Amino acid sequence: MAVTTVQEDFAKGLWRENPVFVQLLGLCPALAVTNSAINALAMGAATTFVLVGSSLLIALLRNWIPKQVRITTFIIVIATFVTVADFSLQALAPAVHKELGAFIALIVVNCVILGRQEAFASRNTPLKAVADALGMSLGFSFALLLLGSIREVLGSGALFGVSLFGPTFEPWVIMILPPGGFLTLGLLLAVFAHVKERQLRAQQPAAEPTRRAA
Amino acid sequence: MFAFDFAGLIWIFFASALVNNFTLSYFLGLCPFLGVSGRIDTALRMGMANIFVLVVTSACASFLNAFVLPHAPYLRLLAFIVVIASTVQFVEMAIKKLSPALFRALGIYLPLITTNCAILGLALFQTNRGYGFVEGIVFALGAGCGLTLALVLMAGIREENEMATMPEALRGAAMSFLIAGILSMAFMGFAGLFSGTA
Amino acid sequence: MSGVDTVPLRMLASLGVAGLCSGLAVVGIFLVTKPRIERNRAEALEAAIFRVVDGARSRAAFVVRDDQLVPFEGAAGTLPQEDAVYAGYDESGALLGFAIPAEGSGFQDTIKLLYGVEPSGDHIVGMEVLESRETPGLGDKIMKDADFLASFRDLAVTPPIVAVKGKPTHPNEVDAISGATISSNAVVRILNASNERWLSRVVALAKSSVQRTGSD
Repeated sequence: MAVTTVQEDFAKGLWRENPVFVQLLGLCPALAVTNSAINALAMGAATTFVLVGSSLLIALLRNWIPKQVRITTFIIVIATFVTVADFSLQALAPAVHKELGAFIALIVVNCVILGRQEAFASRNTPLKAVADALGMSLGFSFALLLLGSIREVLGSGALFGVSLFGPTFEPWVIMILPPGGFLTLGLLLAVFAHVKERQLRAQQPAAEPTRRAA
Repeated sequence: MFAFDFAGLIWIFFASALVNNFTLSYFLGLCPFLGVSGRIDTALRMGMANIFVLVVTSACASFLNAFVLPHAPYLRLLAFIVVIASTVQFVEMAIKKLSPALFRALGIYLPLITTNCAILGLALFQTNRGYGFVEGIVFALGAGCGLTLALVLMAGIREENEMATMPEALRGAAMSFLIAGILSMAFMGFAGLFSGTA
Repeated sequence: MSGVDTVPLRMLASLGVAGLCSGLAVVGIFLVTKPRIERNRAEALEAAIFRVVDGARSRAAFVVRDDQLVPFEGAAGTLPQEDAVYAGYDESGALLGFAIPAEGSGFQDTIKLLYGVEPSGDHIVGMEVLESRETPGLGDKIMKDADFLASFRDLAVTPPIVAVKGKPTHPNEVDAISGATISSNAVVRILNASNERWLSRVVALAKSSVQRTGSD
């Protein structure tokens, strides 16, 4: 395994290995709670808390967890953190908790978290594990915020609850409904793929044969 | 109120299968949905495995909600996830024994059912709506059939799409999401099934 | 993975320890947040009660015991855990009306609402949707549409309430929100079911000599 610096561990989660746009993990909350920017941010914050906390704990305990039961142990740790986040949110921000509903509990089965424990936190020092977790969480939150903002602006004519276009704006309601989630993500992915292809072609001008310009 | 409210049960089934399809309305169960290959029979079998896990989970959740959790409601999440993990483990062992070919065909997707949002989502929704034992089972069956339907539809469309021409940027995940979006819109039409008297 | 040996006892032990620590953490957070959560719930409900029973300044909770409504004996500021109805009183302690929580299935998920009835039980005097997950932009208008909500300010309860399309012609009719017919019908259905359950009891309670001053 190549040795990476702490900075690299952190930075890769932000874009190059972004959990939502590149790894296509954690899609369930990414689409379900991004009908507004505030909800997206809240979900990102909750996921950050759970991911960083459980990564730290598992990295600290990695030498004591038997291999056979590691997945179960990871799940127990994650579920504990999620329960803590759930109750804390209910006490501190009941309105947000009501909006997110059952999806806070569903953070437990967010593939991003279990994936990072299995792939990284259980095999690295706590410092690197926290860096990795922070990077992934921020990348995840960024993806959610992007999705949430687009859907809220188009679907409600507002951003963070602040009306942008005034009362005469006819909102594109489908954007805050389920199809809007799928379509927004699909189009975003297409845009990113297109940009990436362009970058690749710019770097290798001689090697490309007839490639249809998208 | 000891007779079964059949109209209510039928509504629960169709609501969770069509009107509020778990994948296309609630965004649950997306991992297998996107990862499914173009093989319709694999999609069907994946769906069946999910239905089984869903029904067993629903039964266990009903039992836990009725007898164990009222004493310790904060343990709900932990209890559910442990039940789910164990059920999936059991299903995996059973399939391995009964049909090694199916086991190989499903591959990594079998243990991934544990992290399938749909299973935990079902348990949580069932709890929030206060469904009893029978309602829960019907809910699970409906949700499972809805999941399978979405999976099969996706697999079929994927199969057709493999050879289609499209802008390179759209190929792969992007196209899958766009297709899912259109399917989701189509399923919204099922809202008309609701007669308002359920 | 820094592997450890596979002795079953060791596996069991680590799972046991993990379970124990996890259990402790969960119980801990539950106990720590419980008072705050209860307070939030009570505050939100009290604000809603004062909105559906116009002019109410204090409230009292009533629960069912032996098929009768009796005052809720609980610590100040807490709410009953079981089904309860609330009475709203003005400054002088006179009974203004009852606030009844009700819930039922809407189009997407459960709708929870609170509505006020006058002591005679003849009219609904206010309604507020507390929780709903109806379709954004369409069904969720039941929470926001001012005209819809206003139509519950003076609504006869017998014969049972009906949602109609267009202007209501009878005192027990409300105009369903166009584009949100299913959700509007759900609200009406929930109200009728709740009336069937509670109305006779609260009317009996109002007639009995239970008066209260001050807040809970």
